[in-house]
Amino acid sequence: MIELEGLSKRYGEKVAVNNLTFTVRPGIITGFLGPNGAGKSTTMRMVLGLDRPTAGDVRIDGRHYDQLKDPLTYVGALLDAKAVHGGRSAFNHLLCLAQANGIPARRVHEVLDTVGLTAVAKKKAKGFSLGMAQRLGIAAALLGDPRILMFDEPVNGLDPEGIHWIRNLMKSLAAQGRTVFVSSHLMSEMALTADHLVVIGQGRLLADTSMADFIARNSHSYVRIRTPQRERLLDVLGGAGITVVESGAAVLEVDGDKSEAIGELAAQHRIVLHELSPQQASLEEAFMRLTAGSVEYHAHDGQPPAPAGPQRQQWGGEWRKG
Amino acid sequence: MSMAATQVVRSEWTKIRSVASTVWTLSLAVVVTVAFGMLISALAKNEFGSMDARGRLSFDPTFISFAGTGLGQLAMIVFGVLVVANEYSSGMIRTSLAAVPQRGTFLFSKIAVATALALVVGMATSFLAFYLGQAMLGDLKASIGDPGVLRAVIGGGLYMTLITMFSMGVAAMLRSPMLSLAVLMPFFFLVSNILANVSATEKIGRFLPDQAGSKIMQVVTPVDDDTPYGPWGGLGIMVLWVIASLVGGYVVLKRRDA
Repeated sequence: MIELEGLSKRYGEKVAVNNLTFTVRPGIITGFLGPNGAGKSTTMRMVLGLDRPTAGDVRIDGRHYDQLKDPLTYVGALLDAKAVHGGRSAFNHLLCLAQANGIPARRVHEVLDTVGLTAVAKKKAKGFSLGMAQRLGIAAALLGDPRILMFDEPVNGLDPEGIHWIRNLMKSLAAQGRTVFVSSHLMSEMALTADHLVVIGQGRLLADTSMADFIARNSHSYVRIRTPQRERLLDVLGGAGITVVESGAAVLEVDGDKSEAIGELAAQHRIVLHELSPQQASLEEAFMRLTAGSVEYHAHDGQPPAPAGPQRQQWGGEWRKG
Repeated sequence: MSMAATQVVRSEWTKIRSVASTVWTLSLAVVVTVAFGMLISALAKNEFGSMDARGRLSFDPTFISFAGTGLGQLAMIVFGVLVVANEYSSGMIRTSLAAVPQRGTFLFSKIAVATALALVVGMATSFLAFYLGQAMLGDLKASIGDPGVLRAVIGGGLYMTLITMFSMGVAAMLRSPMLSLAVLMPFFFLVSNILANVSATEKIGRFLPDQAGSKIMQVVTPVDDDTPYGPWGGLGIMVLWVIASLVGGYVVLKRRDA
């Protein structure tokens, strides 16, 4: 378990991480989502004690990172796949990390096997492709058989096969009851892997929610309608108990998958429709709305904003009252 | 030594023995120091006949056989710089500190391992340079049993070790191999020599680490020498420089984000 409490990091005037409080729980994959420069890597470096927080605290199973004896046996992290000495072989790279934490050399062979690098174990790391370097970084993370794993943008620059491999690896690690904390700037990637979602923007917490909740709230389907007989259609749909939202000049939207019902109602009342199309709001759009608004929402208070989905429904509610 | 520090020392030994730069910098230090010392010794032997009385009185066969130290030490400096600063240039420092978050333990284990290696290589170099240099000097040669000679030869090994430690401290402060070499190389190869050879700055130059430290390799005091310290005093001054650079390196590592 990783607990962040009011964690902040300032570089001179620039606030990289601003008062982050959340918990990364075991047994699930927690996705750490935010646009580039949102403060994800800085946060992860603070978890490992590499960067000192300006304020706040981060604890691993209740302790600070530097209080852990043989820390690689508690937390395995892949922050930067290229953070190896290029002149050292993969085997020796892992061996020196293992020795520093009292991990037997036998384990080095095991993790090399797990990530599929046994054949190139004696090769110098500088000859490795990004995919191989990423696997070496993951081998280092797995070395101490840790209960907590942290990956910073692990699929960046990987081919589809490598991406697939990392996704499955993370899922199997979480299934073994480990804590998996993985960052990404791609919502689509998180939707496929994460069980829980922590979203930050400009260093601030924007959402801390289960993936299922986030999808339920943001990935709803709706029907888009354009008609020259707007008032009549509103009456008819209102009479049928269907909530309509005005979206833009001549466009109406109805939540849910109700296009057939609406079409039949319009035909019954001889209302002309110019468009009646079922739509699906993408998670990527929801994420972009969430992070794009971060400055505006947070200039005034420290509360995370309600996700964009429910707000759309509210506008409709107001219209109905009027 | 605690259990943890033993682990870290083993880890640092694996690091140091598993990169090619260790072998080439250290072998270069041996070869350059010894070969250059032999060359100068051979030249000095031929020149002795044409020296005046003062020159003959100041003639120091032991010190002459260490003439290659000034050049050979540059390879030791590269060794020291690469051991520390390659952690930064490669980004390995973040991996290393994640494995060993106690930064003092990390840095001083690394320095301990590199220092032990530098001491072994430095001593071997010093004895080799002495014996092979003396062989070139023919009947002008000094014997290891002569007064002060063994001290000078052991001192030569200590000098090489201390210059390596000093470089590691500087590299820990500057955190970049290129920057560290750009500061250390001209400093020891040029600045120190220039200061020593201009009468106005000569007295300041004496207190620089290399000039103070190399006093230990002298057996015969030059005739008009007014250096205010002896061989061990000079080495002491060098040790103070080394301590200052290591403390500086430790403070930077402790304070700054990795």
